[in-house]
This record gives sequence, C-alpha cells and structure tokens, in this order.
Amino acid sequence: MQRNPQLNANGELQHLLSIEGLPREILIQILDTAESFVGVTEREVKKVPLLRGKSVFNLFFEPSTRTRTTFEIAAKRLSADVINLNIAVSSQSKGESLLDTVANLSAMQADIFVVRHDSSGAPFLIARHVKPHEHVVNAGDGRHAHPTQGLLDLFTIRHYKKDFSRLTVAIVGDVLHSRVARSLIHGLTTLGAPEVRVIGPQTLLPAGVEALGVKVFHDMREGLRDCDVVVMLRLQNERMKGALLPSAQEYFKHYGLTLEKLSLARPEAIVMHPGPMNRGVEIDSSVADGPHSVILPQVTFGIAVRMAVMSIVAGN
Amino acid sequence: MRLMIKNARIIDPASGRDAKGDLYLADGKIAEEFARPERVIDAKGLVAAPGFIDLAARLREPGFEYKATLESELDAALAGGVTSLACPPDTDPPLDEPGLVDMLRRRAKALSRARVYPVGALTVKLAGERLTEMAELAEAGCVAFSQANAPLADTQVLWRALQYAATFGFPVWLRAEDASLAKGGVAHDGEVATRLGLPGIPPFAETIALATLLELVRATRARVHFCRLSTAGSVEMMRAAKREGLPVSCDVAIHHLHLCDIDLGYFDSNCRLEPPLRSQRDRDALARGLEDGTVDCVCSDHTPVDEDGKHVPFAEAEPGATGLELLLPLTLKWGEARKLPLAKTLARITSEPARVLGVGSGRLAPGAPADVTLFDPAATVRVAAETLKSQGKNTPFLGYELAGRVRYTIVAGNVVYEA
Repeated sequence: MQRNPQLNANGELQHLLSIEGLPREILIQILDTAESFVGVTEREVKKVPLLRGKSVFNLFFEPSTRTRTTFEIAAKRLSADVINLNIAVSSQSKGESLLDTVANLSAMQADIFVVRHDSSGAPFLIARHVKPHEHVVNAGDGRHAHPTQGLLDLFTIRHYKKDFSRLTVAIVGDVLHSRVARSLIHGLTTLGAPEVRVIGPQTLLPAGVEALGVKVFHDMREGLRDCDVVVMLRLQNERMKGALLPSAQEYFKHYGLTLEKLSLARPEAIVMHPGPMNRGVEIDSSVADGPHSVILPQVTFGIAVRMAVMSIVAGN
Repeated sequence: MRLMIKNARIIDPASGRDAKGDLYLADGKIAEEFARPERVIDAKGLVAAPGFIDLAARLREPGFEYKATLESELDAALAGGVTSLACPPDTDPPLDEPGLVDMLRRRAKALSRARVYPVGALTVKLAGERLTEMAELAEAGCVAFSQANAPLADTQVLWRALQYAATFGFPVWLRAEDASLAKGGVAHDGEVATRLGLPGIPPFAETIALATLLELVRATRARVHFCRLSTAGSVEMMRAAKREGLPVSCDVAIHHLHLCDIDLGYFDSNCRLEPPLRSQRDRDALARGLEDGTVDCVCSDHTPVDEDGKHVPFAEAEPGATGLELLLPLTLKWGEARKLPLAKTLARITSEPARVLGVGSGRLAPGAPADVTLFDPAATVRVAAETLKSQGKNTPFLGYELAGRVRYTIVAGNVVYEA
C-alpha cells in the first residue's frame, strides 16, 4: 500500500484530501484548533495574522457559491490573500488540462490550493504534482470526499453532544452520491461513535456500504429510533429523472424528515443538514426551523473549521 | 538460416515434452536433427518454448499513432517473446474494411517481426448496428470478428451476427458486458468503489451478458471466444458451458489474474481497465479457472495509452495498460503461485491460444513454424518505464520485480531479438 498522501514524513497533515486514513489525533487537533477560532469569528476585529503573506487559491472546477465563500472568509480571517478561480467556465473549457492549470497557478506562488472537482480523486492527483511547500485542501471531489464538511459536522456534534462514545447517529438520504456522507462516516468511526446508521432506499445506498462500518436501514422510522444526531442529505432534483426514485413526493413521504418522524429520535436529538436544503423534499420546514435544528450554527462553525485546517496545513 | 539451439531445456506444452536437448530450425520450420548448422545458440540455463501467442494486443495503427506504432509495439512483442499476436479491431477507423486489414497486414509483414493476426470488426464502425462483410474481411486476413470493447446493445443484431458468422464458420470473439449496466461505471461495484466514490460496474453486468451470449451460442452453434473474463460467476458459467459441449473458449488478462480493486489504492489511474479490476474472490476464481482449464488462455490485453490519457482523475483516465512485455513474467508468476509444472503454465500462452487462433504455431514438433522463445526463468526483471520497449509506459505493475527474462526471440527461424 502507498504511503498516506495526506501526511508528511513526520506524520503531520500536509494536505487535507479525505478524512479516511487520518489518525484520531489529527482530527482532534483540527477540532480543538477550530474551537479556538470560534472566538475570533465572534470578535469585532475578526482577523488573526496566521497566514499573512500567504496566497490561497480557490480552484473550483465545479460551480459552488457557498463552500467557496466560506473558504474565502476563512482564509481572509487568517489574513491570507485569496484568489478565486471558477475554472468550470475558464481554462478547462479551453481544453487546458487539470495539471497544466495547477502548474500555471503554482508558478504564481501559491501556498494553498482549495480544490473542488466533480471527479472523485482529482485532489489526490493534484497533491501528487504540487511542490513540497504547497498544500491541497479538498473542498469536495465527485462522490468521494468533502473533508471540511465532515469536520464541521463533527465539530457541531461535539459542540452539542460533548463526546462521541455513546452516540447513535443516523445519516438519511442519498448516500450513493454523497461525499458529505462518506466523510462524516469515516470521521465518526475514527472518533469512536458506537453506532452510525444510514437510512435510504436501496437505489440510493452504494454497494457494500456496510463495510464503512455503518448499519443499513430502509425504514426511516426504525432507523431514527433513539438517535442522538440526525443528518439529512441533500437530494438533487436530477435523481428523479433516472430510475433511482419515482418522485419527490414519494421520497418525502418515506424519507423526508417531519416532526412526527423526528419524535422517534431522542428528545434532545439534533438535526443537521449540509445545505442547501430542499424544503419539502428531504426536510420539512417545521424541522428545519425548529428547536432541534443546528443547521445555521453548522455554517458558522464551518468557517472556524476551515480556518483550522488551513492554518494547520500551512504550519506543517 | 539453419539454426541449432543446444543445451536448452526444451518445453513443448502441446506434447508435454520437458527435457534437456537440442532444437533444430531450418527453412522457417522446426526440423529434425541435422549436421552443419549455420548458427549455434548455446542455450544453457535457458528454456526453449514455442513463441508466445497473445490474443489481445493493440498496436494502435491506424489512427492512434501518437499513442504507439507498429514498430514500437512489435518491438515490445519481441522483447516479450511474443511471436504471434491478435489485434482487436478498435483502431481509427476500425478494422471494418478489407483494405484496412490488408494494409495493416502488409505493414506488419514488411517489418518482419512478430506475426500479426487482425481481428475484424463484427459490425460497421463497431457501432453495433450493421454487419461487416465478414467473408471479405476473412479473405483479407481476419482470423475472427469482434466488437473489441465497444458495446453491442441490440440483442437482435448480436443474434444475427452470430448466425452469419456460424454460416461461414468464422469465430467470434466477444467481451461479455451488458452495456446499460456498465454505463457510466469505472470500477468494480463494491466496497472500494464505494469508499472512493467511483461509479461502479456490478459483476452481473458481465454474467448477464454472458448468459445471453451462451444462449445465443446454443441457438446458433457459432464458435465464440470470450475475451477477458473478470468475475467468479463467469468462470462458473464457462465451466458449465464447456461441460455441456458448447463451442466456446475464453481468456483472462494478466491484470485480472493478479490484481483486484484494492490495488486502485489512492485512485491509481494505471488500474483504470476494461473490464474493471474486481474483488479478490473474483481474482482467485480466475486463477483457479485458468489452472483447471475452464479458462483457456492468458492474454496481455496490451493497450498503450499516452501520459495525457492517464494524468487525469481516475474516472476520466483512458482505460488500458501496456502488457506485451509482461505476458511471460506474469504468467510464470501465476504458475509459480499455483505450483504448476512449467509446461502446463506455458500452455496458457502457447498451445492453448494457438488452438483458439487456429494456427500451426505454438508447438515445437518438426514441421511446425520455427517460432521459438528462449528465456531465463530465474532471471528477474524490474518493470520500469525506461526499460519498456512499448510506447505505452502505463501499467499497474510498475516497480514490480518479476522473474522471467526473454533472451532470444525467433520468428520463422530468424533470430529477431537478442538480449
């Protein structure tokens, strides 16, 4: 087996490509560092000088406003210079290869590449070709991983539940296409959550998903019973076009989170969603806006977590 | 050239011969003992075997000369001890017209290296709609007809193609894959693909297609060779089909014989192959099937891809790997792991593919074509881009240390490679 490409020779975080394969200590280090940044984001002067003089390139080969913006804010709060590139509409359409694009930007003296790509594994390819002082942070690749989202989910869970060792977590919906689900599952199993469940119809669960260390439920009511954390996944409209699902209505009926279904979870359960939400498809507004929802705090924590990741990789 | 090979360990899988001795070649054929040879090769410590026969080697001409040329790939063949190879029709344009086949054969012949046996397209432009002029193509030199990796989704066309081929007794070589089940997939649908977030191809994409094809063989009695099986289920089905007496045969590629989906590691695009690398269980079943004869041959599935085709994210990478120079060492590795006598191991790349191809080579009996490979079974080779003769440098086996070094390759009695 090849050496874990995310770690340098000292076992420190060189790139953040996937939560899978990261030791527990590094996950805790990121979460603890993020904790210290939550204070910064609440101050009047929301800046620390940790990345002063460094350049962060946001390389988005797939359009995204939200994730790109949170990375931009995080980098700016660390005093870095941020350059946003929407490559989906520039060089790739002119036929330039992924590695040529990266080589060109590298020649402009980058320190951190934040990469989003619609092809699973693209950030691994980039990480293999950047210079030793450059760092790659995966901001979502295909169906594979979205490690900063997974970390902010872990951060949110730890914030509300303190400790992972007794938790039952349910992840509901389109696990097949979800990089968010994969990252969170690896994070939860690494941090010792005893029971991680995935809930969805067979068409939206990938082959052999049990091997990731999860229990599979097709009946949402059964799967939600006594859960401490419920993570709803976004269902894209295009899933209804093929043979995966008949309609949004039928999906909502069986796998949409309503107050009635949520009542089967523990009374103090929290509800999370990586956003953007489809109200009335995977989640009812009464839940999304209700007392169990921690969806907006997730966004706030997301900035602190991304600050933590960038400051840690840049320091190694 | 009257050539004597002395002191060799002569292995002829067709006859089961495995003994120290001398081998005589004259007039392009294996000969009886004669006096006064023009050249003597002292083959002490070497095995003399029939030149290897590879049932799937892409030479990339015409159309993809930027990936490889006949010169480069036939050199690779000789360096690998391969004296005969069948090339699939997926060139550009595909081998669907006699003129193209004729040109390819002439080009290959003029280079006087390995023997090239073109496999013609089964359908025009490999589009899976209209039949090619198979009889014309056969006259031009096609030994069989195939869709290469192109899907043939219309079962009606498939049925007619097999009927037509059976009429003339032409063999049809097919890869079993259900086009709609395989659509969009790039890896074996299992734990690894799930972890890596790669769209999967389920194993039943192969077995469902194989079941359909076997049913059509039953109906048409066409002679069908199944190329590059990848699943345990297929091996089981082939076992039953052969027991039933259907006119079928099959092969496995060197990659599927030794690797599985776990070897994808962190998105190694050298492991992007067609069919995909499957589970360990599948790999083991293929290795066993090859041993008990259910799987007839090993092929290299040689597919040179240029760097640009591989330096992209896994799913976007062009499928295929270079293989001609690895056919011998990887076949030996399989035989070694299963503790087989060398003659039995070598049968999978000599006498067995000769039978599928319907040619007289692949054996060392007097009168047979003087295609001979001399190799040192103990000498190891480190697989490295710099030492591969093929223009394709991409293979999952880069860095492997493998036993089996070819020293001399002889085609039609001429020494065409020495190392």
